This record gives sequence, structure tokens and C-alpha cells, in this order.
Amino acid sequence: MSLQLEDPRIIEFDVRTDEMLVNMGPQHPSTHGVLRLLLKTDGEVIHEVTPHLGYLHRSAEKIGENLAPQQWIPYTDRMDYLAGMNMNLGWSLAVEKLIKMEVPDKAMVLRVAIAEMGRIASHLVGMGAYGLDLGTFSPFLYAFREREIILDLFEEVCGARLTYSYITIGGTTHELPAQITIPPGLAALIGEKMDRKLSWIEACLLFLDWLEKRIPEYHTLLTENQIFIKRTAGLGIMPREMAIDYGCTGPVLRGSGVNHDLRRDGEPIYTRMYAGYDFDIPVAPFSNAPPEAVLGDNWCRFYVRMREVAQSIRLVRQALERYPKATGVSRLPFKMATKLPRGEAYLETECPRGQMGFYVIGNDAVNPLRARAKSSSFCNLSVTAPLCAGCLIADIPAIVGSLDVVMGEIDR
Amino acid sequence: MTAADIHQKLVAKFGDKITGANLEAIDPWVEVAPAAIVEVAAYLKSDPALAFDALNNLCGVDYLEPDPKKAAKFGHEPHVEVVYHLYSYTHRHALVVKVKLPRWQGGVAGKLPEVPSVSGVWAIADWHEREAFDLVGIQFTGHPNLHRILCAEDWVGHALRKDYEFPLEYHGIRGR
Repeated sequence: MSLQLEDPRIIEFDVRTDEMLVNMGPQHPSTHGVLRLLLKTDGEVIHEVTPHLGYLHRSAEKIGENLAPQQWIPYTDRMDYLAGMNMNLGWSLAVEKLIKMEVPDKAMVLRVAIAEMGRIASHLVGMGAYGLDLGTFSPFLYAFREREIILDLFEEVCGARLTYSYITIGGTTHELPAQITIPPGLAALIGEKMDRKLSWIEACLLFLDWLEKRIPEYHTLLTENQIFIKRTAGLGIMPREMAIDYGCTGPVLRGSGVNHDLRRDGEPIYTRMYAGYDFDIPVAPFSNAPPEAVLGDNWCRFYVRMREVAQSIRLVRQALERYPKATGVSRLPFKMATKLPRGEAYLETECPRGQMGFYVIGNDAVNPLRARAKSSSFCNLSVTAPLCAGCLIADIPAIVGSLDVVMGEIDR
Repeated sequence: MTAADIHQKLVAKFGDKITGANLEAIDPWVEVAPAAIVEVAAYLKSDPALAFDALNNLCGVDYLEPDPKKAAKFGHEPHVEVVYHLYSYTHRHALVVKVKLPRWQGGVAGKLPEVPSVSGVWAIADWHEREAFDLVGIQFTGHPNLHRILCAEDWVGHALRKDYEFPLEYHGIRGR
């Protein structure tokens, strides 16, 4: 660009900048953990992005080879620490697939209710933190207010708030509590007495009623917010073929217009849990998208997550309705000293961040020969380099945030 | 297509490059000769009846029992496997492909076994192969950027090898 200046000695406008290497992270608030992005920039424009991983690497797979399958469940909690329940479920189902165990109806109903509550809690963080990346603070606070109640409910179920180890091989460790004190956050929000006693199911339904009414507020704050749309729509566009080629799964894949959800299209051992439930799978493009939005952009990925929360609420309601009538026990016995049969099983489940795969090889010993965790965030993050090339530095949080990665799961 | 059909199709096309199969396994698998893996992978992806457009998982497995007392019961010859879990969004079918390699190339301890990289076929293989190189110690020839991905560049050894020895110290940090 060149401008005609009255006195050219004052300033030279035809400035060129040198290529610079800029480190973003590992301690950067919008990298969602300890992710380091090495940016090669020309001024504000990104030429190349190189993600550097491994800051949280604990070699969980090696640990898994030295433990019995139940003992590894706490380690799966610490992979995707925002959705521990779903990770427990993935590993439990993979081992059950290997030992050909079919859990009874009651355990399945419990698992659906808990896994979908976990999905809501995880998407609340994903959504709130995404707003935070783009500079809007309030949705984050609202999201954590809601998440707090889910954590209180999980605490009543299993005693832990973040690393649950609740879903285990054979079912779940406990049944739903018959009587609890109402979570204080919920009592304050709906104007109940703090010492009210009720069943867990009642408390959960009260919360869902309350949460459902808040969803339009989130749409006003984020989805329909003009600034938010300007920051997300039409940016980070990922075509369908690219999403599949880079192994993207979950909301990222559905945001690119691939109608695939393992709860419906997965393997029988997983889909039988969801048999008979009435739920929809939100897939981009959306009829109510703003005109700026393009298939496979940041906005679509974000909106898939928002719509999934509403579907998870429906699923939890249906599961809680089934629970009192569900037959069987909540946990089949599986002894710690049980030897895993020779053979191998790989199973992917639909975790909030995508398809988390667990691969277990048994060899007539208690410990598996190989315990592999294929991380969905790992694959989703691999697409950052091609997505970010050519965009501005300020768009990087918008693109990485829309992939909604958790570093604990990537580094394992 | 069922795994048996896919296996038949592959044998018809590639003959003795398909070195084995187990179609009764929980996840049926087909074993491919290491040198032919790229050719077979490209065919699996591009053939319209197979259309394996997604590589769900790629990992290395080390088959070894380091304890000589338990080695008799182990039931496997010492070797390393690369396992490819494929899925087709078009046909919604899955297949496991395996490649068997020696633990060390030419039996020389420390010399990593080699297998051609499939990162030209599926883009995600790039990172998965880097991880398999990093943790299991498999050299993927033709990979555009085969560096460690989870461990530090100067890390010694490959942690998921069964005979891996935990380091005593790393840059002044005590290991055990």
C-alpha cells in the first residue's frame, strides 16, 4: 500500500515487516491448558502455526499396562478432566467388549443419565470459556454457576467433583442416592429452603427445568451477539473432506456437515445403551444461522455444542424416567484378579469433545498387554496448522477455542 | 461389506502382500506386508466399495515379556506391531489392519524397525505416527516431520517398549 504524502520525509508508508517467530503459550489463557503454538507471522498475518504438545505428558498408556483395568479408571478421569464420567465410560465399555460382558438395564440407564449430565457440564465449560477467549466474560460466570450444580449432584452420587471414577467395569459404583439435601446453588437459584431433602432424581429434574429456561439467555449472550458472530462466523472454515482426513470427530465433525454420532451410529455395545431414547443429532448447516456463517466455520462448531446441550437435557429426562422401573443390578461383579482373555478390542464412544477410542489387548493376564487411549482432542488439534494459516493473530484463540480441546487428554 | 468380503477383495488384488488375517476376532483384522502398506492403504481409501476415508486410530504395540520366567506362557513371538483402525463414513464399516515388524531392525538393539508412512493417505496419520515413533520406537520412512511429539526432543528411549528402562535423571531432575 502506498499513500501520497505532502512531505515524504516525514514518514515512509511503504513499510515491510520481517517475518517473526512468536511463542503463544504454553501459559496463555486462551490456549485451554498448556499448549504452545509457535507462530511464524508477518506483522499480524500468520504464515505458519506449529503446535508443540506434551507439557502434560504422563505416559498414561504405560501406567495402564501395569495396572488392572479397574485401577486404570482414575487415570482416564485425568485425561479429559472436564468430562471424567464420559472417559470412565469409554474405558469400561472397551474392557466389557473384550470380556464380552453385557451390563444390565439399570446400569445402562444410570450410565446414560450420568454421561449426558457430564456432556452438559463439559459443554458449559466449552461454551463459557469460548466466550472468554473472545472477550465476553459474563457467559463464563453463568456457565460455571450452572456447572457448579451439576458437580454438586455428581458429588452426591459418587463423592467426587472432578475425578469421579464412578462408571466402572460392570456398571457403576453406586446407585443414585434416595435422599439428598438440595444443592445450595440450586436452592438459592430457585428460591428453595437450603435444608430441603429430596431424592437425587427430583433434584436433577429441578435443575434441568431451571437450566432449560436459561438456554435462550445463552443464545442472546453468544449465538446471536453481533460481536460474537463477527469474531466466529466465516472464520476457520473446515470443509467436510478436510475434517474427515484430519480425523476430526464430535462437534467439530458435525459442524462441518457430517451427520455422524456414535450414540446412533456406533458399535452395538454402545448404541444399545441409547436404544429407545428420543433425541436429535444437531448437524450443520443450520436454518437459523446468521448470513455470515459458512458451513464448517467456528460459529457452526460452537452452535452444534449449544444444540447438543438441549438434546442431552432430553436424554437425561428420559433416563431418569426409566430409572425407577429399570431391572437388574447397577453393577455386575468383576474381580480385580480377573485375567483378561487373549484378544483385543477397540471401541470409540461419543465423548463431549469427539470420539474417544480405547484399545485394550488382553493376554491371559490381569494387566492388559496394551492400554491405548486415542484422544479425540489430539486429532481435533492436528487441524490447527492448516486452519490458522493466513489468518490474524487475534483469530487464533477463536479458531483453537472452537475446536474445544483439553490438553490433559491430548498429552495423556 | 463384512470383514471376510474385504479380506477376499484384498487378497484378490494384492495376493501374497496380504500376509494373514483373523476374521473371527472381536475386531477382525488383516495383516499386510510392511513394504506394501502404503499401496494397500491408498487402495482401501480410494476404492469406492471400501472407501475407508477415516483413520480412527494408529498405534504401535510391543509384544515382549521381559521377565524370562513368564516368557514361556506369553504366547507371542517378540515383535512390534503397527495397528491401523479404519472406518468408512460412506459405508459405515470398520477394519483393522496390522503390520508386523521385528523389534529391532536386523536384530541390532537400538536400530528402530522401519515401515513406510501412510501420512500421504490420511492426514491424521502424521501425528499418530509421530506419537508411535515417540512412544513405541517405530521409524516411519517417508514421514514429512518425524520428531517426538509428546516427549521432549532430547528424551532417550521409547516408553512403551516393554524393556524400556526408566531414566535415573533428566536434566538434574531425579527420575526414581
